[in-house]
Amino acid sequence: MIVFDLLGMFLSAYMVGFLYYGLYRNITARFQRRIGPTVLQSFYDSIKFFSKEESISHGWMFYLGPVIMATGAVMTLFFIPFFYKSESFSGLSQYGNLFVVLYLMMLGPLGNAMGVGVTGNPFAAMGITRGLTRLFAMELPFYIAVIALMSINHSADIATIAANQPTMNAIEYPLLFIAAMFSFVAMMGQSPFDVVGAPVEVYSGPAAEFSGKFLALLMSQSSIMSFAKLVLMVNLFIGGAEGFLELLGKTFVLFLFVIAFGAMYGRFKTPQSVDFLVKVPTAIAVVGLVLATLGGQ
Amino acid sequence: MEEGFLKEQQIMENDLNSDTSHKSSVDFLMNWFRKRSIFVLAYGTGCGAIEMPPTFTSRYDAERLGIRGAATPRQADVIIVSGYCSYKTLRRIIRTYEQMANPKYVLALGSCTVNGGMYWDSYNTIKKLEDYMPVDMYVNGCMPRPESILEGFIELQKEIAEGKASSWQKYEENYEFYRKNQEAVLGKTVAPAYDADWYLYDGGL
Repeated sequence: MIVFDLLGMFLSAYMVGFLYYGLYRNITARFQRRIGPTVLQSFYDSIKFFSKEESISHGWMFYLGPVIMATGAVMTLFFIPFFYKSESFSGLSQYGNLFVVLYLMMLGPLGNAMGVGVTGNPFAAMGITRGLTRLFAMELPFYIAVIALMSINHSADIATIAANQPTMNAIEYPLLFIAAMFSFVAMMGQSPFDVVGAPVEVYSGPAAEFSGKFLALLMSQSSIMSFAKLVLMVNLFIGGAEGFLELLGKTFVLFLFVIAFGAMYGRFKTPQSVDFLVKVPTAIAVVGLVLATLGGQ
Repeated sequence: MEEGFLKEQQIMENDLNSDTSHKSSVDFLMNWFRKRSIFVLAYGTGCGAIEMPPTFTSRYDAERLGIRGAATPRQADVIIVSGYCSYKTLRRIIRTYEQMANPKYVLALGSCTVNGGMYWDSYNTIKKLEDYMPVDMYVNGCMPRPESILEGFIELQKEIAEGKASSWQKYEENYEFYRKNQEAVLGKTVAPAYDADWYLYDGGL
């Protein structure tokens, strides 16, 4: 039954996402030589926000923004198969390929922009402007890497790409992997590309006006979306997974790398991050694309 | 002011008599989550603000207790009034406090918030914070060190878990009392009207 399949995907992504986000806070704390919160701290935060009142309303679009974001996150998750061999936990992936996933990943930021736009909060507007500016730069190397993978495999199906890896794509096409990883660090909102919600600069940015249940919804969708992105990266570059343990292991290693990378670097300014993403990773991706195409012939 | 004090005495007595035994298990659970997750507004008044950065950063690490900073009042649970309040600051504090979402708590630091402290005869600071807004927990000292602030937070967490920290209800129920005291020092314009796009209109962009 596809309904149970989707429910299982949703619940596992929800739980693992919050666990990872708690681990992120804890591990970052260890990097900063402090004890840090418990692993479940993010879960506590979200439940608390679900029990709080909302302090302000800006009309129906304001309420719709987080809902569109959550829809985008959950739909992205449903179109990414967890395991390439098994039928279960494949969700809706038989009805849509990598193009659909890339399209759905755009839905969240756009919904957020519309919801935030009506608030009129200058910090939120600044945050979303930074976000959309970075989005275009961030997608360039990632799309080139993904297009290269699609042309190598002659398929846009995620499960096919995941299965068609004698060794991992990350080892076989290191340049494409490096380029995609730069984008991935930016997608996960890690330093040095964390210009969107930059604390002390734009006061939590796009989330500035949201409170109570809508903030909790934003936190939940961000956890689910993070896990969906991790699974996508594992499928595309790290050989996919056959079972839950393998999936958790691989996503966790990837996640740990992203956290460590983020903990090491300070924040770029917005123009710096756009400049960097458009120049360095894009150049690496183009070279990788050319090499992969030449090697394939 | 005498009438105000009498009324406040009444409020305190009512608090003692109030029955808290009707809390359901859902309330208990929610209070536990509220206790475990406290977002503190990044806002400092007076000298006590200097004690807050060490409390929240690596040295004293309040995040291990589930206490972390929040950038906007919409997302904050606790506002720390950290020291003396001039009339000018009080206006901002009240405005910020009213923007916070329920349930919200107030932590007051230092002697200045209790009775004016060393500013007791100043011409432009308030003396007793509780006349103008409700306070859940006082941390005394001049200034309290980060250890004391953490101690205050732990006591506040206990009160939240027991459902006793309900100053936001007190503020709503006795709004006239607080408003009268606020207007006595700030005049009729305590806070501007809360409009969604206030910055487009008078005095804005």
